[in-house]
Amino acid sequence: MAAKLKLATTSLAGCFGCHMSFLDIDERIMQLVELVEFDRSPLTDIKNCSPCDIGLIEGGVCNADNVHVLREFRNNCKILVAVGACAINGGLPAMRNSIPLEDCLRESYVNCIGIENPQIPNDPELPLLLNQVHPIHEVVRIDYSLPGCPPSADVFWKFLTDLIEGHEPSLNYDLVYYD
Amino acid sequence: MAHITIDGQIVPFEAGQTVMEAAMAAGVYIPHLCHHPDFTPHGSCRQCTVTLKNGWNITACTARAAEGQEISNNTEELNLVRKRLTQMLFVEGNHFCPACEKTGNCQLQGVAYHLNMMSNHYPQFYALRDVDATHPDILLDRNRCIFCNLCVRASHAEGKDVFAIAGRGINKHLVVNSESGKLIDSELTADDRAANICPTGALLVRGKAFQAPIGQRLYDHHDIDEITLGGRHGG
Repeated sequence: MAAKLKLATTSLAGCFGCHMSFLDIDERIMQLVELVEFDRSPLTDIKNCSPCDIGLIEGGVCNADNVHVLREFRNNCKILVAVGACAINGGLPAMRNSIPLEDCLRESYVNCIGIENPQIPNDPELPLLLNQVHPIHEVVRIDYSLPGCPPSADVFWKFLTDLIEGHEPSLNYDLVYYD
Repeated sequence: MAHITIDGQIVPFEAGQTVMEAAMAAGVYIPHLCHHPDFTPHGSCRQCTVTLKNGWNITACTARAAEGQEISNNTEELNLVRKRLTQMLFVEGNHFCPACEKTGNCQLQGVAYHLNMMSNHYPQFYALRDVDATHPDILLDRNRCIFCNLCVRASHAEGKDVFAIAGRGINKHLVVNSESGKLIDSELTADDRAANICPTGALLVRGKAFQAPIGQRLYDHHDIDEITLGGRHGG
């Protein structure tokens, strides 16, 4: 039997909805773990990516840590995949792009109703926010994109089984949607 | 009867018909966004670009059919051009489908689905565009405008001339003909054709959002070619 493919996943500026949708493959995950080994992923809690065949990225980049993680994935994954609306065009987090960053922070942490001890968080351990949220293809090269908010479990399944079987992945009309 | 061919299929036409009109009458879909059968062609979205035998590209909505024309339409090359044009529209505006009331019934989405568009390909512009929520019955979200000019043409035909397009490049935007520049002070009403013709979610009549559940919306299971040739569209 051929060696298992290695699969890594992460969520950057996303809501983990894409990961939840991935888990909606339900019992098919038993078939999947026969074929792939999970590397870095919220599902394994492995903190750093080792060389992998496939990397799935949920979310866009909104801070310096997102950029760092994304580059780690690109350096380690043969095939890097933008998963979901946020990875593809910034998604809902990018709706802050029309508002100055300082105004966003003031509204959330200083002026918001019911705030105690108002202050903008500045702990050195917090990654610095980017001025705007960006889709991941503006930072690294992306091999495939899976649209949807989130892409359905069937999208994940079709895409991964195509890749594992050595086909060029393709999604038919019913599997492509942007919402 | 005079005829042209589109991808080898014989398509009859009457004198004065455009390539688009002849194609639609014959049940041949040519992708389009700014074209609407009820209004003067605008030729701006370039989706209906087709190729003549001599290699020239023409827009099917503005070019008149001429006897013996041999036209390529549904080719890999043209569909890639159309996909790139669609991706340019997606990065030029702020099209966040999951947050849009028009999602599922949007012609821009419909064309993108038809072309199997999986990503936006280009860097996002994140252009700063204003929303006009002053009107009690109609919302204008300029983030979603693709400058198809349909509301401009429809309002002109209604004798109201509520809309025009102003500015250039990233500053191009839809302007409203009223003293304040706001919809509330314009003559636009919710039953105007102009308020209901937008192919995207830029102009929306309030109170109609999310009426069809996911799975029953216009483009959920039916390709835009089928919807359009059946005489329906998302506008």
